[in-house]
Amino acid sequence: MAGLFPPRLVLGVRMANIESSLLNIGYLETLSYQDTPLQRLDPRVKLLTTLAFIIAVVSFGKYEITGLIPFVIYPVALIAVGNLPPAYLARKILLAAPFAFFIGIFNPLLDRAIMVHLGPVAISGGWVSFASIMLRFCLTVSAALILIASTGLNAVCLALDKLGAPRIFVMQLLFVYRYIFVLTDEALRLVRARALRSFQGRGMGLKVFSYMIGQLLLRTLDRARRIHQAMLSRGFAGRIHLLRPLRLRLPDVIFLLGWSLLFVLLRGYNIPHLLGSWAGGWIR
Amino acid sequence: MHMADALISPAVGGTMWAATAGLTIYSAKKLKEDLDEHKVPLMGVLGAFIFAAQMINFTIPGTGSSGHLGGGMILAILLGPYAAFLVMASVLTIQALFFADGGLLALGCNIFNLGFFPCFLAYPLIYKKIVGTKPSQGRILAGAMASAIIALQLGAFGVVLETLFSGISELPFTTFILLMLPIHLAIGIVEGLVTAAVVSFVWKAHPEILTMAPTAPAARAHSHKPLLLGLALFALLAGGMLSWFASTHPDGLEWSIKGVSGKEELEASKAGVHGAMAWMQEKLAFLPDYDFKKPEEEQGAKSAGEQGEKKEESWPGVSAGKSLSGVLGAAMTLLLVGVIGLGLRRFYTPNKG
Repeated sequence: MAGLFPPRLVLGVRMANIESSLLNIGYLETLSYQDTPLQRLDPRVKLLTTLAFIIAVVSFGKYEITGLIPFVIYPVALIAVGNLPPAYLARKILLAAPFAFFIGIFNPLLDRAIMVHLGPVAISGGWVSFASIMLRFCLTVSAALILIASTGLNAVCLALDKLGAPRIFVMQLLFVYRYIFVLTDEALRLVRARALRSFQGRGMGLKVFSYMIGQLLLRTLDRARRIHQAMLSRGFAGRIHLLRPLRLRLPDVIFLLGWSLLFVLLRGYNIPHLLGSWAGGWIR
Repeated sequence: MHMADALISPAVGGTMWAATAGLTIYSAKKLKEDLDEHKVPLMGVLGAFIFAAQMINFTIPGTGSSGHLGGGMILAILLGPYAAFLVMASVLTIQALFFADGGLLALGCNIFNLGFFPCFLAYPLIYKKIVGTKPSQGRILAGAMASAIIALQLGAFGVVLETLFSGISELPFTTFILLMLPIHLAIGIVEGLVTAAVVSFVWKAHPEILTMAPTAPAARAHSHKPLLLGLALFALLAGGMLSWFASTHPDGLEWSIKGVSGKEELEASKAGVHGAMAWMQEKLAFLPDYDFKKPEEEQGAKSAGEQGEKKEESWPGVSAGKSLSGVLGAAMTLLLVGVIGLGLRRFYTPNKG
């Protein structure tokens, strides 16, 4: 929705950011073109496993930390097998952090009852639940990013289609994704042209802005008409045919069942507690 | 504002997913009925337009900050509610997947907050009523402002309710509302201005575009259906909120509950949404949670911030030895995960075949 940004970001800095973040979308997708065991898996299997992972993670109680830690294995293993760049993914996670952070940071302020003693340090329930929120945030967001980086949007759409999502919605996703790159290029050209002609913030107001958006909208509508005609002349009859046969093979089944079983086990047994008490006993 | 997976419980996420899936299927069906094929690529390209338009900023006079277009209302005005809802859903899905805005479980909440309210409530009930069939500069401005502001307020209210029902955040209802609504009032005013400016530009340049949105009698005949659906959902949310409120603030609403049902407040809360949620949580949890606070203790925690010591007694927490072993175990687990990761990477490194 409409956002508010500090003024300095309006010009160059923000533009550079936008361009690099768009390049990043393309980059996320290109990661899925690699040929590793992860990328070769059936997209349906990856989509379902991602959902199972997210549901398992968010089903923990609000003060859970140790129980969540073993779940780190899922992103770590996928990043390793899929040859995905961890630093890049971490940067993307950080960019998305503010909302969860700002809502979560109220917990330490509101819930001050001491919950855990670590030697001399006493930790309040609020900090524990805040840490839990940030941990969940990192886990769920990384799972979603890994899904795209390992599968690509077209294959995710194919999976959605095969799993019964409404066709028109799947077509929407494909179209939006296809034209994001075209139209943002156009928008960035407009922004650059305005910035070059603007001195001391003149012309940056609502009036010029609305003309620019209006122009962009008119051009978009024109483009949509041309696209539609082009599609009709190529035999478009109301649906996009996604030609890529999907077949479940043994590795797909093992991936889905194996991870789901692991999530159930990790949900039921607190591995760090077991390990910790075992190690504690051993040290003594 | 996007909800995040980290802040919601599976019950809330699942409910909102179900609601959103229902709305998506319903919209897809409605659209198929009067499918004007021309609309399919138009919808897709307009979704991409929303992304592109968000790249363009403007300075807000007097404040020195800048704003950009949100999009829900413009889509509804250009495409009508059903198509606009589907476009909004696809835009939010792509944002969730590529920008990690929100998350996959929270996607249902986000589509509902940012798609349902502008498309199915604000557009038909406010914008259309004000602008009618004969748009004018003033009417477009008034309609866009009112509908954008109300849609955003409802969306923010949705965020608050979803967060509260999930019980992950400690923010009490009133504080959260007081935090969210004014911020979204400001955002809504900006959104309304932008929507009005763009719509009136299009209206002056190509007035026929604004009549693309379905004004056909068929669409109008059905238009009370989403309204009823919306009211039912809203009633459900409001009812749920009320019973939640009753269960966490027994002294506040006790009299009204008593007056209405003649029952004690505690019973009402057990039978209401809270009980259902607890039941769902029990069903969803594979093993009972040893460190999940009971609702009564949560009440105590909320009503008394400074009574820390009393609470410490009532909820002894993990003993020092146990939590130390937890930290030790966590470190060992992470180490193990790291080793497994490195091993996998070494084993699967490509270009070495």
